[in-house]
Amino acid sequence: MTTTTVIGADGLGKRYGRRQALADCTLDIPAGRVVGLVGPNGAGKSTLLQLASGLLSPTSGTIEVLGASPASTPAQMAKVGFVAQDTPTYAGLSIREHLHLGARLNPTWDAEFAARRIRQLDLDPGQRAGRLSGGQRAQLALTLAIAKRPELLLLDEPVASLDPLARREFMQVLMEFAAEQGASVVLSSHLVADLERVCDYLIVLARSRVRLVGDVDELLASHHRLTGAYREPATLPAGQEVIHSSHTERQSSLIVRSTAPIDNPSWTTQRLDLEDLVLAYMSNSATIGSIPVPEAQR
Amino acid sequence: MIEFHLDARSGVANYMQLIHQVRHAMRLGLLNEGDRLPTVKEVVAKVAINPNTVLKAYRELEYEGLVTLRTGVGTFVTRTLSDESLGAHGPLRLKLQQWLAEAREAGLDEESIEALLLSTFRAPAEGKA
Repeated sequence: MTTTTVIGADGLGKRYGRRQALADCTLDIPAGRVVGLVGPNGAGKSTLLQLASGLLSPTSGTIEVLGASPASTPAQMAKVGFVAQDTPTYAGLSIREHLHLGARLNPTWDAEFAARRIRQLDLDPGQRAGRLSGGQRAQLALTLAIAKRPELLLLDEPVASLDPLARREFMQVLMEFAAEQGASVVLSSHLVADLERVCDYLIVLARSRVRLVGDVDELLASHHRLTGAYREPATLPAGQEVIHSSHTERQSSLIVRSTAPIDNPSWTTQRLDLEDLVLAYMSNSATIGSIPVPEAQR
Repeated sequence: MIEFHLDARSGVANYMQLIHQVRHAMRLGLLNEGDRLPTVKEVVAKVAINPNTVLKAYRELEYEGLVTLRTGVGTFVTRTLSDESLGAHGPLRLKLQQWLAEAREAGLDEESIEALLLSTFRAPAEGKA
């Protein structure tokens, strides 16, 4: 690994006419991680991935990928792989032709790996991509992206249209790639469940802004669900930030961020899973609109 | 060689689940000194989880002195957890089975049995400081 930051963004924004697709995005993603990019549809996930791959240019702020401007040089482009939404392939070209194309276009092409994967997948190289099933097409797109041997692989909603078995098979191959190459991976999904097992770093986007970013284990360790008799959130001690709260006449239920353990016995404290955590920040962004971005301290 | 599996709904962190499964296999005598654990690549290709999760579990097991990581060779079990107590498992299991039969006879359903077992297990042992 030559750099310690794979994606660095500072005040990054993208505007389409009047619509702000991404705003004020500041990131410092460490290398060697599998990063989950989650958020509802239209939150700006595709925009961020396209900015990182160099398919889009920012309208404000800056972004650096592996220490350079995205897609600025052929060498830079060779280091970054991008699998766009719905894992596109050329419907009229055969699998063999896809591999030839990959070999011609990529200086670091691993032809041996590509051929082996196609054999393992039990696919006929003469078959046209347009006749493959959704799962097979996704596997072909992933094979092409991995055979390029990128240092960073970006995938936009790669499993959204796949059935559970095809999802699992896709993730198996992707994780094997991450393990043997030590490469960095960023993949987006609007479903946390798709990412829960595979990600060790998380970015939550909602309404065009980054709502939460950090190491998954640290995020889970520093958030707690508290339930107890009704009380004003303002009575919590310093260092405990309320992310989400709901109250009935008798009961208060809070999601609180605190690096120190909650030692007040009048609260029942529970762990959160990743989905609860993400939903708390999303619903928080819906009511408050704009909040300061909490950054996990590393 | 053991195979890992993950329970997403258990509320236990993924790396902890892997650690528990190794310790469990060692206690049951399924893993013994000198046995190799699957490589990180083998685990992730099977279970479809983050490689760093597996590494974290293996490092923790190494810290506990249960395994050793030999670069380029693999991760090996360095201790046997089972030998002293394994012989007692059979008779203990038999007693438990007798107890379960009695509990069912007394009309307890599965949930009541589990609740009674767990609450007894977690209650502070009598006569201990």
